[in-house]
Amino acid sequence: MMLTAARALMARDLRLLWRRRGDALQPALFALLVVVLFALALGAEAQVMAKVAAAVLWLSVLLAGLLALDTLFRGDAEDGSLEQWMLAPVPLAWLVLVRTCMHWTTTALPLLIATPVLGELLRLPRDQLPVLLASLALGTPLLSLLGAVVAALTVGMRRSGILVALLALPLYVPVLVFGAGSVAAAAQGLDPTGALLLLAAGLVLALVLAPLAAAAAIRIALS
Amino acid sequence: MSDCGPGSDSRPMHDSPIPAPPLLAARGLAFARNEMPVFGPLDFAVDAGEALLVQGDNGVGKTTLLRVLAGLLRADAGDIAIDGRPAKPALRARAISYLGHLPALKADLTALENLDFLCGLHGRRRGQLPGHALGIVGLAGYQDTLARQLSAGQKKRLSLARLWLAPAPLWLLDEPYANLDLEGINLVNRMVQAHLRDGGAALLTTHGAYAAPPVRTRMLELRRAA
Repeated sequence: MMLTAARALMARDLRLLWRRRGDALQPALFALLVVVLFALALGAEAQVMAKVAAAVLWLSVLLAGLLALDTLFRGDAEDGSLEQWMLAPVPLAWLVLVRTCMHWTTTALPLLIATPVLGELLRLPRDQLPVLLASLALGTPLLSLLGAVVAALTVGMRRSGILVALLALPLYVPVLVFGAGSVAAAAQGLDPTGALLLLAAGLVLALVLAPLAAAAAIRIALS
Repeated sequence: MSDCGPGSDSRPMHDSPIPAPPLLAARGLAFARNEMPVFGPLDFAVDAGEALLVQGDNGVGKTTLLRVLAGLLRADAGDIAIDGRPAKPALRARAISYLGHLPALKADLTALENLDFLCGLHGRRRGQLPGHALGIVGLAGYQDTLARQLSAGQKKRLSLARLWLAPAPLWLLDEPYANLDLEGINLVNRMVQAHLRDGGAALLTTHGAYAAPPVRTRMLELRRAA
C-alpha cells in the first residue's frame, strides 16, 4: 500500500515536471546566474575566485533551493490534493517524505550534476571538487527536508514570499557552515570528515523527523 | 433534526437497538471555531444502504460537518463511530471517501493520469478500472485531455469517477450537484443508488434546491447556531 502510493506520487511528479519543464529549470538557471555574475564580477582575479569558489557554489545552490521551496506544497494545497493526501490510507508523513525526495531530485540533483561545470567557471581547484560534491550530496537533501517543514508551515498563507526565506535561513545556516566549512577545511589541508559526518548525522535525523513535523504542520495549516 | 424521506422509518436515530451497528454514527458531535459554535451538538446515524441528506442554508456548517466527519477537522465534543468502532484515523482512511469543493485534480495531467494517481493513493475497488469509470461518468473519449481543458462540470465528473473507484463504503459528498447539468445530477443520483445497493452509505450536503436520490434517505437539517 505505501509503496503503491509512493510509486503513484513519483510517477505523477515526474509527469508534472515534464509538462512544466520550463518551471523546473528555474532554480538551476538561477544558480547559474549567480555563479556567472560572480565570475564576471571577480573576472580578473583568478586567485581570489579560486578561494571563494566553493562558498559561492554552496550559496548559489542554497538560494536556488530556497527559490524552489514555495512550489513544494503550495500547488497541492490550492487544488485540494493535500486534503486527499490527508485522507489516504497511508501516513501523511510518508507522502511528504516522498514528495520532498522528488522535489530534491528535480531541483537539487540537476545542480549537483552541473557543479563540476560551474566549478570550472569559478576556477575551483580540482582537488576540492570531491569534497564539495560530497558536502553538497549530504547537504542539499538536508536543506530540502528542513525546507519542507518551513514550506508546510506557510502552506496555509496566500502568499508566503519572504516569510519562507526568513523562517528557513536560521535552519539553513548550520548546514551552510558545515557544508562550506568542510570544503574550506579541505582547502587548508585539514580533514573534512568531521564536518561531513555531522552533515550525514543531520541528514539521518531530518529524514526521520522532518516529514513528521511537516505533516503535523500541514494538518494545522489546512484545518 | 427530523427523520423522514422516502422509505425511512420513524424510529429515533440514535438509541434504538439495531442488529448491526450503523455504518456511521455521531453522538453529541459539536464544532466551534474561535469559541464560536459552528454546529452541534448533533446526533445522527447512517446505516449501510442509506443516504443522509444534510440540508441547510449557506454558512450553517454543512461543509464543516463533513470535514469533521472525514477527519480534516477535529471535533470539539462528541464521538464518531464507524461500524460501531471509534473512528481512528486508519479506520477512517479505509472507510471514508471525501468529495470536497476542491477537485484535487492536477491541471497538467490528463483525466486518466489523474485517476491513476488517485487510485494509487486511495486504492482501487476490485474489478473497477479508471478507463471504465470515465465511461460511467460520461467522460469516455476524454482520457487524454488535460484536466485544465475540462469544464467545471467535467472536472466534477472526473472527481466522481475517482469516488467511484475508491474502495471506501462511506461517501461524504459536499455539494455533489454543484456545477452539474441535469444529466449530471441524474448521474450523481444513479451513482449514489448503485453505491447504496452495494452496501455503502452516503452523506450529501445540499442547500435544498435539488431532487434527492430515490433511495432510503434520512434528513439532517442544520440551523444556525444560536
